[in-house]
Amino acid sequence: MYRSNVLVCGGTGCTSSNSLTIVHKLQEEIERLGLKDEVNVITTGCFGLCALGPIMVVYPEGSFYSMVKVEDIPEIVEEHLLKGRIVTRLLYQETVEDDTIKSLNKTAFYEKQKRVALRNCGVIDPEKIDDYIAQDGYAALGKVLTEMTPDEVIQTILDSGLRGRGGAGFPTGLKWKFAAANDADQKYVCCNADEGDPGAFMDRSVLEGDPHCLIEAMAIAGYAIGASQGRVYVRAEYPIAVKRLQIAIGQAREYGLLGKDIFGTGFDFDIELRLGAGAFVCGEETALMTSIEGKRGEPRPRPPFPAVKGLYQKPTILNNVETYANIAQIILKGPEWFSSMGTEKSKGTKVFALGGKINHTGLVEIPMGTTLREIVYEIGGGIPNGKKFKAAQTGGPSGGCIPEEHLDIEIDYDNLLAIGSMMGSGGLIVMDEDNCMVDVAKFFLEFTVDESCGKCTPCRIGTKRLLEMLEKITTGKGTLEMLDEMEDLCNYIKANSLCGLGQTAPNPVLSTLRYFRNEYIAHVVDKKCPAGVCKELLQYTIEKDKCFGCGMCARKCPASAISVTDYTAPGKKKPAYEIDNNKCIKCGACIESCKFKAIYKG
Amino acid sequence: MQKKISTIPFSGTPEQEAKLQDAIARHKEDPGAVMPVLQEAQEIYGYLPIEVQTMVAEGLGVSLEEVYGVSTFYSQFALSPKGKYNISVCLGTACYVKGSGDILNKISEQLGIGAEECTPDGQFSLTACRCIGACGLAPVITVNDDVYGRLTVDDVPYIINKYKNA
Repeated sequence: MYRSNVLVCGGTGCTSSNSLTIVHKLQEEIERLGLKDEVNVITTGCFGLCALGPIMVVYPEGSFYSMVKVEDIPEIVEEHLLKGRIVTRLLYQETVEDDTIKSLNKTAFYEKQKRVALRNCGVIDPEKIDDYIAQDGYAALGKVLTEMTPDEVIQTILDSGLRGRGGAGFPTGLKWKFAAANDADQKYVCCNADEGDPGAFMDRSVLEGDPHCLIEAMAIAGYAIGASQGRVYVRAEYPIAVKRLQIAIGQAREYGLLGKDIFGTGFDFDIELRLGAGAFVCGEETALMTSIEGKRGEPRPRPPFPAVKGLYQKPTILNNVETYANIAQIILKGPEWFSSMGTEKSKGTKVFALGGKINHTGLVEIPMGTTLREIVYEIGGGIPNGKKFKAAQTGGPSGGCIPEEHLDIEIDYDNLLAIGSMMGSGGLIVMDEDNCMVDVAKFFLEFTVDESCGKCTPCRIGTKRLLEMLEKITTGKGTLEMLDEMEDLCNYIKANSLCGLGQTAPNPVLSTLRYFRNEYIAHVVDKKCPAGVCKELLQYTIEKDKCFGCGMCARKCPASAISVTDYTAPGKKKPAYEIDNNKCIKCGACIESCKFKAIYKG
Repeated sequence: MQKKISTIPFSGTPEQEAKLQDAIARHKEDPGAVMPVLQEAQEIYGYLPIEVQTMVAEGLGVSLEEVYGVSTFYSQFALSPKGKYNISVCLGTACYVKGSGDILNKISEQLGIGAEECTPDGQFSLTACRCIGACGLAPVITVNDDVYGRLTVDDVPYIINKYKNA
């Protein structure tokens, strides 16, 4: 037994800001002061509050040290761990109230959260199977194998109302039921860990913070549908996740929790990893399976659905990481417990990766039905620099932008679809008044054009044409008719594309056209970009009465577009300068060089 | 995104080939072996020249067309190597009007390679990039993490020599 446990985040976010050096320093200092048998240092998965990384929590006090620096470690070890005096100065200031220190769970960021899928992230050491077992790990697998029939397992998942967390929200139990009903000599359980949305990292955190929960859930799924083989398709860009998953699979095999005759019940199940190689389309289920087969990851028409003919033409189920992360808890706590959370049609919780113009960047898990306002303003701590909220983007390149008028919407699958966005895998990017919505639509279209696999024409050519129109609009060459043409093309692409990538690719355009049409109109009619983002539509101007005539801007201008005039403002000694907008390349170098704030853009 | 195919002569060592053959032998019986083998091949060689792809195809008993199809489909597979020093020339508008096109040509002439290529000795590779946001310093190039600004064509030999002799 240790007197103190020090938890340091070893997720990708905190590791990038040196949390592993902190762990080494901690161990060094603890050794030096002879506390090795009293204090235990644990490298955990993600705590979620990435904005404050590197993060360190000391138990039993629950002291939450944020933005820890290596230089602070000697002081924390000596004062807190040796002498028992918490270093209040280095705590996350929201946890310090006058003389008392609040628990982490009472802070605005954590209080409204409900951690089911992330329950072990930031709590256990993901590289130790015993830590997972101590948190009831593998108890659900034991219960399933010894007390339940496969049909009962499927019924439990059906009753819980769990829907796929990868984006589309298909009922998980139903998927399992279809696959179970097909007889075959071999079936497969697959996991989609190829998180490709720019700005989303929910699955990565589960893989890094709690890899065993995935292994356990896949084994349960294998038992339910009658499969003895599992495949995890994971991004090669997630080296920490891959390593921890490999360690976890090795440990599970060693403990007899994977392999032959698990729990002495005669049930065999094993898992192999497959690394992705950077193709967004492989998030689509049939493309993912083609990729596991070692081919170009192109989707194929459905039917036949994977439950009939999936991987290697055998019945297959594919769920994403977060979906699996709920399974063991549903088995242990019962479907009623799970379905008591959430809304009528969307049960349980959802993990979101909060990013963009928001104070608390990080990972949050909330019950379905929480409003967007609560997420942005309470959990997320609002928008930095007093800027005004403009939109929240969910669903990545497949989703849409939600405007301020829908801030009070209760987040669930159906409500998001109704307002033209989608749940997606859980990226939630907040945008403020400085973001141009046409530019955002263009950004996502550039992404889909790059990532379209090229197999079907509506997606390959349609998205390209759509991008060309957006480029025209952002460079002042758009017309009003173009907006209607775009809308028609969007609907055509949606209706005719083969797979989910093409069917959802127009969503960023459609949703911005729907809620921010006036911004498009400003671009095509007034030839202005209200947010000041689209360079070609900007004009830089020198306010002559503020200009001291120092000439700094003219020297910085890479295009020699600034020249001196014959006007000298009252009270100034030298003549003012002016910008020739025909020569100006809108690089902004002049604004940065002006000490007198005499240059503005608009 | 279209991939640039390397024209540098292939210079694999027997050790590298032995490693690749070992990878092929380990995966040969697995279904869907092409991707894992290509991933290992890229770790061994740093990129996937056609010679390596041919060895993979022959070793696994699949057509070169299939291997080539896979290597060009996924963004992670590189068909062209990066040099020890990667020179990035900013072709953003500000740099371009200040003559970064000329700088690119000069570097290309000095090194004897075009954009997205690598010198035969593996020392230098050349990329043309979009704006790096240092317009005040235009024209700008970066060599690995070092930034050089306000360049003229005459500065180019000096900068290249600095790394040649490093």
